[in-house]
Amino acid sequence: MSQSYDRGLIEDFGRWQEFSAGMWAWVLHKFTGWVLIGYLFTHIAVLSTAIPAATGDPAIYTGTLQSLEQLAIVRVLEVGLLSVAVFHILNGVRLLFVDLGVGLDTQDTSFYASLVLTGAIVVASVPTFISGAF
Amino acid sequence: MAERYSSFEPKGTRWFLQRLTAGFLVVVLAFHFMLLHFVHHAYEITFMGTQARMTQVGYFATMTLFLLTATFHGVNGVYNALVNQGLSGTRKTAVKYVLVGAGLVLTIQGVRVALAMTGMDVTL
Repeated sequence: MSQSYDRGLIEDFGRWQEFSAGMWAWVLHKFTGWVLIGYLFTHIAVLSTAIPAATGDPAIYTGTLQSLEQLAIVRVLEVGLLSVAVFHILNGVRLLFVDLGVGLDTQDTSFYASLVLTGAIVVASVPTFISGAF
Repeated sequence: MAERYSSFEPKGTRWFLQRLTAGFLVVVLAFHFMLLHFVHHAYEITFMGTQARMTQVGYFATMTLFLLTATFHGVNGVYNALVNQGLSGTRKTAVKYVLVGAGLVLTIQGVRVALAMTGMDVTL
């Protein structure tokens, strides 16, 4: 059985200078999760232009998406979205392994690996995400 | 102790579904980004291209399941995060129903969008 222990008031973000790697992993997973669910609602709202597009005016959908993609700020925000998605995926995989009892002694290392890999994937993706926007 | 600790034991349906949807989303979210940013560029997306993809049964089913699992995983995750922050009592109940409602609205609208992407008239 797992043991419970007093971890202090974890909601007190004023203690951030005392946070361990595990705490940062927890904070970043929550933050990226909030961003992703917020984006999902926005995404479906924008894609809802497919509804009038299906009844005879495809330009509503195509025009909306392509107009948004012409805005440099949207491209920058997409890189931000990629960053949070990649981190949430990689850290999520790490958490699934931890749940399975795999890699318990190397949790700090795997968190740092998640961060480094996220950075590498995002940097490598930037040219594709901003091509033609500037 | 860390050596003996594993949380992968029965902890209820929502706990298990959160892990199950996570496993599915890891794969499909990565696929979604790859397909619509690297194979097809986002700035080249057209309704015709979207329709061509969504009229393939496998792709449609995958994207619809993507919507359902992402909605559950996200809404359940928000609920868990708020409970973790100390939400309890009447406020907890109220938040639960607000989140269930938001999840249902998102699911219904998302399914309408998916069907419209196949060319179906879903106007109310």
